[in-house]
Amino acid sequence: MKKLIMALTVAASFAVAGPALAADKLKIGFIYIGPPGDFGWTYQHDQGRKQLEKELGDKVETTFLENVPEGADAERSIERLARAGNKLIFTTSFGYMDATVKVAQKFPDVKFEHATGYKTAENVSVYNSRFYEGRYVQGVIAAKMSKTGVAGYIGSFPIPEVVQGINSFILGAQTVNPNFKIKVIWANSWFDPAKEADAAKALIDQGVDIITQHTDSTAAMQVAAERKIKAFGQASDMIKFGPETQMTSIVDNWGPYYIERAKAVLDGTWKSHNVFEGMKEGLVVMAPYTNMPDDVKKLAEETQAKITSGELKPFTGPIKKQDGSEWLKAGETADDKTILSMNFYVAGVDDKLPK
Amino acid sequence: MMRIEIVKRPQHSALFSALSPFIALFLTLIAGAILFSILGKNPISALYSYFVEPLTEVWSIHELLVKAAPLILIAVGLSVCFLSNNWNIGAEGQFIAGGIAGSILPVVFPDFQGWYVLPIMLLLGMAGGMAYATIPAFLKVRFNTNEILTSLMLVYVAQLFLDWLVRGPWRNPQGYNFPETVQFSDSAILPAIWPDSGRAHWGFALAIIAAVVVWFMLSRTLNGFEIKVLGRSSRAGRFAGFSAGRLTFFAFLVSGALAGLAGIAEVSGAVGQLRTSISPGYGFTAIIVAFLGRLNPLGIIAAGLVLALSYLGGEAAQISLGISEKSARIFQGIILFFVLASDSLIYYRIRIVSRLSDTALKGA
Amino acid sequence: MTMFEAILLTVATAATPLLIAALGELVVERSGVLNLGVEGMMVMGAVTGFAVAQYTGSAWLGMFAAILAGAAFSLLFGFLTLTLITNQVATGLALTLLGLGASAMIGESFVGLPGVRMDSLYIRGLTDIPYVGRVLFGQDPIFYISILLTIGVAWFLFRTRAGLTLRAVGDNHTSAHALGVPVVRIRYLAVIFGGACAGLAGAQLSLVYVPQWVENMTSGRGWIALALVVFASWRPWRILAGAYLFGAVTIGQLHAQALGIGVPSQLMSSLPYLATIIVLVLISRNKRLTLMNTPTSLGKPFVPDR
Repeated sequence: MKKLIMALTVAASFAVAGPALAADKLKIGFIYIGPPGDFGWTYQHDQGRKQLEKELGDKVETTFLENVPEGADAERSIERLARAGNKLIFTTSFGYMDATVKVAQKFPDVKFEHATGYKTAENVSVYNSRFYEGRYVQGVIAAKMSKTGVAGYIGSFPIPEVVQGINSFILGAQTVNPNFKIKVIWANSWFDPAKEADAAKALIDQGVDIITQHTDSTAAMQVAAERKIKAFGQASDMIKFGPETQMTSIVDNWGPYYIERAKAVLDGTWKSHNVFEGMKEGLVVMAPYTNMPDDVKKLAEETQAKITSGELKPFTGPIKKQDGSEWLKAGETADDKTILSMNFYVAGVDDKLPK
Repeated sequence: MMRIEIVKRPQHSALFSALSPFIALFLTLIAGAILFSILGKNPISALYSYFVEPLTEVWSIHELLVKAAPLILIAVGLSVCFLSNNWNIGAEGQFIAGGIAGSILPVVFPDFQGWYVLPIMLLLGMAGGMAYATIPAFLKVRFNTNEILTSLMLVYVAQLFLDWLVRGPWRNPQGYNFPETVQFSDSAILPAIWPDSGRAHWGFALAIIAAVVVWFMLSRTLNGFEIKVLGRSSRAGRFAGFSAGRLTFFAFLVSGALAGLAGIAEVSGAVGQLRTSISPGYGFTAIIVAFLGRLNPLGIIAAGLVLALSYLGGEAAQISLGISEKSARIFQGIILFFVLASDSLIYYRIRIVSRLSDTALKGA
Repeated sequence: MTMFEAILLTVATAATPLLIAALGELVVERSGVLNLGVEGMMVMGAVTGFAVAQYTGSAWLGMFAAILAGAAFSLLFGFLTLTLITNQVATGLALTLLGLGASAMIGESFVGLPGVRMDSLYIRGLTDIPYVGRVLFGQDPIFYISILLTIGVAWFLFRTRAGLTLRAVGDNHTSAHALGVPVVRIRYLAVIFGGACAGLAGAQLSLVYVPQWVENMTSGRGWIALALVVFASWRPWRILAGAYLFGAVTIGQLHAQALGIGVPSQLMSSLPYLATIIVLVLISRNKRLTLMNTPTSLGKPFVPDR
């Protein structure tokens, strides 16, 4: 009994002493929409967090809350992180926008970073990634590699981020084959492996010979591998799931941004901003080009280089909308606001956008 | 050889009625300590962050009430259903229907403002939940269709309908085409009870009122008697002249109305706008709450608070100790098992008998 | 492979886990027990099957481990509801909660690993027969198990003495007990069988359907299986029909989308659920038929008085 009481006392003193040791570190919190084990969106944010810990080592301490729903719970979870002494908080899903702004008003000395939204404040920054730049490269590759001239596209939800990708993909493809077509299936889910597999099978059965997806699981890649056609990965490098199938993958690389922002807080230069970064800044990374002939690989690399240097912007006119009306005149480039709120297809997409 | 034997008590034990929550708590603490030790965490501080930490700060108590309000409201309604043998598993769908119907005013007519907006919204929310609950009730009474299945299927339909609505016709035109409606105007927001200290809103008060009213109805009125008689045996109910069909409608309408009220209270009080998903499964968790509260509205208040605490505690443990959300969910499952198991002590006596003495007894 | 054949194969893959899990639950409910924990047992099967296949390199071992895991997990439910007589609805829901959490924790280290796929059958000559070869002779082993299981359950329930006893227990446990039938033991066996089936269904997901492990990969299929049992009014062959109907509508809506018909995808996605309700209403209009098949003691606690 005596031993037990001693153990309890020791344990209790640990519990009290714990937080005090970390007082001079910069505490950084993350809110995740899914589990880090989704091997997609949240997984990549968690990779970014790990890169940040590795880079800054002793100077920072990170915590995260996973599976936080986007309703009433988000506000509490963010506030809890702020109250736990985190001075920099990343909220990594669009749906946390209003909750982030609300909590930020209560904690003026805490810096908030909200992913993919549009509301900023004195202590709230917004960061977003130009995933569509990668889609353009994929479109070019797809048009080169496809025999049927039709690619299958598995979408999650018709939000601007996904619509940008579809449009950019077809614009890239049209530079190679002006008659290139894509078929779209909406899974109405970011994450349902079995349903994504079914969608991939349905697309293949309808004659597409390239699969690309904007949903997070690796199921579609596995189906493509089984049916022996080519595919693109999404969010992370999925080469393990299709060693002879994946041609490349858009890798969400948040690490550099997280490191940059943490450093800014550490040296006191953090300022609120609204950034939309892509290949140039290293947020969008293409997985190695594989399973394609050298000339296609060369073309893909050239396209990537042009986008990275800023020479090529995917949404540059002349571009017509799906209904035939003119969107951009020759040489005209879409502004970020139009891109961020995109809710129409460009000409060539063989689908009706759900509204 | 040992074996567990259950014997029904002649009448339920008042002693264990009072003791069972504590037995459950005690067992949970032991099991939790073991679980967290296995995970390499300090069991004392883990249990502290689960059960105490969320209660040490005022703002956190507010959050507890925010989380408990929908659970209690829905579970109180479900108790009427379950007592009368109507298996409404689709409260989640009725919650969503209430949220949608109640949001018609602030989303479609945002300029329509005044003190009367909120009462109309709450009524519309109840009506929406009721209307949605009528479908399984009607199918059950008219076509004898199993309500577990229809009410559950309607949950998925409601979720998809909400998704379509918020991405399509009700999308905020100034919102960069992101899937959410406009922010509700101030007159459409269910206000906080004590705005200075936290965001607990009047939804919690509504939950308490609903629980008391339903408790009164069940224990003090003829209607409540009818529910219990028919629930226990439909034959006995028919002899007494009660109509099972009418009761089915009544039970579904009550639980639909309360689930719908919970929906609009959550949307208006805690979120402030309609989104593609407004519930992290409250409708399903409330089923557990209803049974934890032994289908008694007053017990449900306590059960709702306990379940809400386990959510908040899980979150606190994630932050202070890095205990993953997964183990939080496992722990929640364990709590439920112990509470359910301890409750059987009220109605049954448990004896551990060895085979030997058993045969000896039979021989004698 | 023709498009028709390909679609048929896709439907079969989608229907098989629903069919297996629902058959298990059918036996459980026929014995008078309502186990709402199918989703939890299924996801435990999925993670165990994946893990064991990963370690041993054998999908078959994974499958057997998944069956054992589902059965073991269901014992927890059995002990609470049958021995301690807890409420079945609440216990089943708690089982699902526990299963989702536990599987996520067990599977944490398996995320992002390609799994071991269970190979499909190939019989020279037979599998190559046009139109029907692949469908009849070229599917994965679990598909054939699911068909055999349907036949087996139908035969057991309605053609054997043991099946008759099980149904008697489900219809009226008091009189079954009075006749000397060991009610609790039979229910335990039924619950374990249900758990084993759910485990197998989970293995189909992580070894055949999509050979990988991710959290919550059952995505509500356990609930659909539960619904199918009621849908089928507790008859094995109707479960088979229901599972394939559900699978067909699910796959059909994806094909319709790929063809580019301009209907909101949310409406398309809700078709399987709406179809289930409508068919159920059509079936249950015949009151005599459904009442005849519903196990009367379903969900009611049983305490042997002595």
